[in-house]
Amino acid sequence: MYVAVKGGEQAILNSHKLVAEERRGDPAVPELSMAQIKEQMQLAVDRVMTEGSLYDRDLAALAIKQAQGDLMEAIFLLRAYRTTLTRFGETLPIDSAAMAVRRRISATYKDLPGGQVLGPSYDYTHRLLDFALAAEDGVGEPQAACAERPVEAAVPRVTDILNHEGLIEEEIALNDEVPVGDLTREPLRFPAGRDLRLQNLARGDEGFLLALGYSTQRGYGRNHPFAGEIRLGEVAVEFVPEELGFAIEIGEITVTECQMINQFAGSAERPPQFTRGYGLSFGHCERKTMAMALVDRALRARELDESIEYPAQDEEFVLYHSDSVEASGFVQHLKLPHYVDFQSELQLIRSLRRRHDRDRKEAAE
Amino acid sequence: MGAMPKQEIADEEGYSFAYLDEQTKRMIRRCILKAVAVPGYQVPFGGREMPLPYGWGTGGMQVTASIIGRDDTLKVIDQGADDTTNAVNIRRFFARVAGAPTTEATAEASIVQTRHRVPEDPLREGQIIVYQVPQPEPLRPLEPREIECRKMHAYKEYGLMQVSLYEDIARFGEIATSYSYPVMVNDRFLMSPTPIPKFDNPKMDDFPALQLFGAGREKRIYAVPPYTKVKSLDFDDHPFAVQQWEEDCALCGAEETFLDEVILDDKGGKMYVCSDSHYCARRRAEGHRGYLSEGAAEAYAAAVGADAGGANADEEA
Repeated sequence: MYVAVKGGEQAILNSHKLVAEERRGDPAVPELSMAQIKEQMQLAVDRVMTEGSLYDRDLAALAIKQAQGDLMEAIFLLRAYRTTLTRFGETLPIDSAAMAVRRRISATYKDLPGGQVLGPSYDYTHRLLDFALAAEDGVGEPQAACAERPVEAAVPRVTDILNHEGLIEEEIALNDEVPVGDLTREPLRFPAGRDLRLQNLARGDEGFLLALGYSTQRGYGRNHPFAGEIRLGEVAVEFVPEELGFAIEIGEITVTECQMINQFAGSAERPPQFTRGYGLSFGHCERKTMAMALVDRALRARELDESIEYPAQDEEFVLYHSDSVEASGFVQHLKLPHYVDFQSELQLIRSLRRRHDRDRKEAAE
Repeated sequence: MGAMPKQEIADEEGYSFAYLDEQTKRMIRRCILKAVAVPGYQVPFGGREMPLPYGWGTGGMQVTASIIGRDDTLKVIDQGADDTTNAVNIRRFFARVAGAPTTEATAEASIVQTRHRVPEDPLREGQIIVYQVPQPEPLRPLEPREIECRKMHAYKEYGLMQVSLYEDIARFGEIATSYSYPVMVNDRFLMSPTPIPKFDNPKMDDFPALQLFGAGREKRIYAVPPYTKVKSLDFDDHPFAVQQWEEDCALCGAEETFLDEVILDDKGGKMYVCSDSHYCARRRAEGHRGYLSEGAAEAYAAAVGADAGGANADEEA
């Protein structure tokens, strides 16, 4: 019954207490620590940091704990915290070619400078439940064997290798004249530049982007992708403080980068060449970056003079619906009372039915 | 608008007065000024994430947070009522982050934040009403694309909306829109009055108070300055008309208010009460009685499981 949502402050406070109780679960079971979440649920932390667009493993772990493991709720918590932070400025672009690589694979070349580094990956695990993990005394301290030689210091990007031959479009050069947009400060406007688009996709819901990326592969906006390269590792973050005037390293972050290589038949002005789709995330979010790269490429349809026929190519459709915080809020606002509107609709439908009955009666007479 | 806060940090540790940082509030105030200067025009603004979900009033909250000062008194209603959970929650939020005095009395409030209703008591000059807006674009049901909608506003090309209303008349014999009924503001911009029932539309016209509209998820602010013409779309042979009830308020006997239908049992028993809870309580305190008169309060309480005495409405002030 609609009126049941009338209820005051006490109901809300009691509801919060119930949540706290459910979050804690059986008090006989030891409470989950933030360190445990941070260390043993790293991929959840990575996703929350990426879509929450705040690189802070501790806060992400706290958000996951507070949200009882509901990652969308955790993302929302992190966003609501992030929005209160002061923006000091922008860092220099990170240099992923200088990444301390932990994983680097290319699907386009068998062997290439820097080599293939499989690194930590679920790709070649057999998805069999590992009951050893369920043992009460845990799994101890598993240790991976050390490689015979270290990863090469220089691991050039596959797209740069292709670039030497001019077979792939040039990366859009950094233009200091045009500041990079920030959609957390300025509203999204259309047509959106690639800077805003990539920001939107980076914050976008993984599931939504995955489905859209998948749709391009199945024929709804096909653009022949190859995973040119996926790399995971640590990169330095550099910032130029105004009072210094030169760049200093302020920290190191883990990122996943995906460079998708796509076909392009060329146009009157441009020779046939490969085009790019790009994906980047905080932490290790491989599925997300691949989906992001597919969608980024699909959204370049207008720029590349391709016909726009499918959802993944439709900028307003994709960018307006990608954000899980916006989508979750608006879908769930249907829980709020709507009884004034509903009452209006009741009045209307009664009036329409009266008119309908009258018309039918008149027709019968 | 309230005075600038003298003290930056509110009672809530670690957050700025009224939650938003000063830069953000300044940005939003600029957008509000622009919106007031161009009545009915949707001004894009850099909406922030709020600690409440999108769709629950984040736009209205950002507007309120930007204009509220230490001297302001805030009233928050949802569906016309002060005691619905979301209204209670938003009122608690501002009491917490801005230390704002709150009230349920429309006349005592300097700022009224509302969802889905305009209060029955008339507002006066100097007051501000802030509407929570889920979808600021009145043309959206007809044209999903933002780029197209903005062009239509720029060219004042609203034929599509007129055709849609005409199609209703052709199909149903009347305009089948009972809430979010589109209005023309200042003879220039087509505007969504937010999902208020069309019953409330006439109140917006020539309104003495400033009307501000905040859409958080869609990141738009718009405004209707005091004493501005707001006209509900209609046709000469199908003039705009508001909803009417065959009954009066069962509690206070009001004849000209928007009524909520309260289901009393599962056999079709029902009663109608004012959706504006403060208005109804005030009338009862003044001695007005509805047709259920003495038994009404009990019947109402039994139906909604709440205290329906309601005469003492200032519990939080």
